[in-house]
Amino acid sequence: MTSQPHRALAMPVLASFVCGLIFGAGLLISGMTDPQKVLGFLDLFGAWDATLAFVMAGAVAVAASGFAIARRRAAPAFAARFLWPDRNDIDAPLVGGAILFGIGWGLAGICPGPALVNLAGLSLPIVVFVAAMLVGMIGQNVFDKNLWRRRAAAPRAIETSPLPSRADG
Amino acid sequence: MHDFTPISGLAGGALIGLAAALLMLLTGRIAGVTGIVGGLLQPDTTGRTADRSWRIAFIAGLIAAPLIAALFGAPLPRPAMNASLVVIAIAGVLVGFGTRTGNGCTSGHGVCGFARLSGRSIVATFIFMTTAVATVAIVRHGIGG
Repeated sequence: MTSQPHRALAMPVLASFVCGLIFGAGLLISGMTDPQKVLGFLDLFGAWDATLAFVMAGAVAVAASGFAIARRRAAPAFAARFLWPDRNDIDAPLVGGAILFGIGWGLAGICPGPALVNLAGLSLPIVVFVAAMLVGMIGQNVFDKNLWRRRAAAPRAIETSPLPSRADG
Repeated sequence: MHDFTPISGLAGGALIGLAAALLMLLTGRIAGVTGIVGGLLQPDTTGRTADRSWRIAFIAGLIAAPLIAALFGAPLPRPAMNASLVVIAIAGVLVGFGTRTGNGCTSGHGVCGFARLSGRSIVATFIFMTTAVATVAIVRHGIGG
C-alpha cells in the first residue's frame, strides 16, 4: 500500500490552491478587485486611470517567461502532460462571446476572477453578480448542448466531436 | 480617490503572471478563471473527482486570498458599485454567458493568451476591451458623448 494514488491527486490540488491564492493576492494588490478602478481604465473619455495596462503588462511578462520554461519541459511537475490550448481559428462564438462579455464587464466593472475574490466580502452586489454569472455560464452550457444536438442530427455529424475543443482559458 | 497606481499594478500583475506560470509548470493547466469555473458546471466532467478537485482548489485559493489578508488586518473586499442590482445581475449573466461562449475572459485570453501569443486570444481581448470601453462611454457619457 503506497501513498502514490493519494499523492497523484493531492499534489495537483494543493498546487492549484496555492496558484489560486497567488492569483487572488495579485488581483487584490493590483487594485483590480475594485470595480471603480477597472471602470476608471475603461473610461477613456473621463479621468482615465491607466493602472490596468500595467497589471496586464506585469502579468503577461511573467506568465510568458514561465510558459517559455514550460515549453522546454517534457511534462508538468504533477501531471502527465501540458494542456496547451490547441485552437487557432477565429470563429463566431469567439467574437460574439467577447462582445457579450465586454458589455457585461463595462456595465459592472467586474470580470470572473475579481468576482470570486470579492465573494469573500459577501456584499450583496457581488453575491448577485456571481449568482448571475453562474446562471449565464450554465445557460451557455444548455445553449451549447442544444446546438450540438442539432448538429448531431445533421448527416455530417461524424466529423464533429460532441465535446467542445480545449478551452483557451 | 482612484488614483493611477502603476507600481502596485505592476507588482500585483507580476503575481497574477506568476500564478499562471506556476499552474502551467505544476499542473499543465491554463489559469483561465472562466474555463476553471465553467468546467465545474459541465455535466460531462461532473463524475470526475480529479478534474473537479483541482478546479475547486483554485477557486478556494482565490476566495482564501482576501480572507488570509484579513487575518493581517486588511479589510474584506466589499467594493462600492454604482450600478443598480438589476444592472449588476444583467452584467453577471452577460459575463457568464459571454466568457463561456468566447472560451475565456481577462485571465485566460488576456493574460495567458497574450503570453502564448495566441491570435485567438489577442483578437478576443481586443474585442472585449473595445466593447467594454464603448459600454462605459455610453453609460457614463451618453451616446456620442
